[in-house]
Amino acid sequence: MLYAILCYNSEDLVASWSKEEEAQVMAQLGAVQEKLAQAGRLGPVARLLPTTAATTLRKTKGEPLVLDGPFAETKEQLLGFYVVDCASLEEAVATAKELLQANAGVGGYEIRPLLLFKPGQLGAEQAA
Amino acid sequence: MSDLAWIEAALIAARPQAIGALLRYFRNLDAAEEAFQNACLRALKSWPGNGPPRDPAAWLILVGRNSGIDEMRRRGRLTELPDEATLSDTGDAEAALADRLDGEHYRDDILRLLFICCHPDLPPAQQIALALRIVSGLTVAQIARAFLVGDSAMEQRITRAKARIAKAGIPFGAPDAVERAERLAAVAAMIYLVFNEGYSAGGETAAMRAPLCDEAIRLARLLLRMFPAEPEIMGLTALLLLQAARAAARYDADGGVILLEDQDRTRWDQGMIREGLALIDKAMRHRAPGPYQVQAAIAALHARATRPEETDWAQIDLLYATLERLQPSPVVTLNRAVATAKLRGAAAALDMIEPLAPALAGYFHFHGVKGGLLLQLGRNEEARIAFNQAIALAGSAREAAHIRLHLDRITEGSKTVIKRSEI
Repeated sequence: MLYAILCYNSEDLVASWSKEEEAQVMAQLGAVQEKLAQAGRLGPVARLLPTTAATTLRKTKGEPLVLDGPFAETKEQLLGFYVVDCASLEEAVATAKELLQANAGVGGYEIRPLLLFKPGQLGAEQAA
Repeated sequence: MSDLAWIEAALIAARPQAIGALLRYFRNLDAAEEAFQNACLRALKSWPGNGPPRDPAAWLILVGRNSGIDEMRRRGRLTELPDEATLSDTGDAEAALADRLDGEHYRDDILRLLFICCHPDLPPAQQIALALRIVSGLTVAQIARAFLVGDSAMEQRITRAKARIAKAGIPFGAPDAVERAERLAAVAAMIYLVFNEGYSAGGETAAMRAPLCDEAIRLARLLLRMFPAEPEIMGLTALLLLQAARAAARYDADGGVILLEDQDRTRWDQGMIREGLALIDKAMRHRAPGPYQVQAAIAALHARATRPEETDWAQIDLLYATLERLQPSPVVTLNRAVATAKLRGAAAALDMIEPLAPALAGYFHFHGVKGGLLLQLGRNEEARIAFNQAIALAGSAREAAHIRLHLDRITEGSKTVIKRSEI
């Protein structure tokens, strides 16, 4: 069984870390990742840019609304995610629109550029 | 990270929101600061044992407010307090308080706090000092070090600034849309000032002043969190990030200036670049260009070029033309001339800056750029005159030393010519 582990923290707080504190935390997390990688258990790891860099597509009856900032509603739950290579935010918005049109109703898609991406080592075998 | 480090980071992060709210209650900067200070002391005692509160800012506001009320009671001035300020228990009230203080309220609190620091009566140096003290919570000693002045001089500067603000009166009414936009523009300008104070520091003081750049970026991000759909605030944040990304490559080991073209681009901070590029991309979608966005877009083109030869000078030239329209100034035209020189040659650039001479006669960079262009055209004698004028106007020994390198090259160049003719 594959599990996604989602990371939550206070953005204000993380932004207040000094470079040394940041490096220390990343090193500690890196050690855990390394252990998982050596056991062949680590899939993709990503660190997102702050929510200020987020753009949200909200489903409506007509054209989806494109809003600045993160997905703020609490009536919906996080159900999945994609990592897509896009030349620009424009392209990312177009891609999210395609997904949205393939899946109308409520909710939306939050687009967050990645600060860091490690592709990991899991493949089709584990997915089966 | 240790408990203490975590708590310190949480206190720093919560500070603008907490002081902003306490200022709204007490309507007095010193009282708000003192109340926040007391709340921090309580947090340092209580959080390690009880664990961190769910919403540190709400906790600090509540505890700070109670401590402020106690303080006023002690001084027998209870009558001056607003009626609603009668909460006394810190336990269960936290959640209720957090619910009551909705986002909109917080937003105006923080904006007000930032805005009083950029009161037009305050000279820029005082605005910056006040913002760093009150909003960022740097100590007087830290700010004094960044400004290269003594502690007591800085203490005085801040006290004087506070006195002026108290005299002018703090605007406590909820701002309307127009006022809010004006405040936002003033605060953005102040944040850019804080950044430049750190960024334009010369080699030997760069390390001491670097915290100013970090603080400016933190304030810009904070502002953007509150106003997520303002393209100019996206532009400002992007501009600061893209410029700060080059910090490690801007000076050589001796503190000498390294020009953009000669910088080791592998030393640019890719994380900051990525965030800056994402923000400018996002801002441009609004199709509402402003000076910060245009400057950020120029910085983005430099950041995207992994080698100087890959720089898109045509696009940079166009962006400077836009900036000239949005914010006409001889300095902008001078910057544009640098792009024009790359694109259409030094002669075209020289034609462009000649009319600026009266306005920029006292500006170091004008003579430096002019000398550089003349040198490219082989007009060495005129170049030498321009460089000498630049040296006379240099703000620091580093700037002068940089220009002297060009002068040395002219001298060496003419020697070479002589040698050749001798052969």
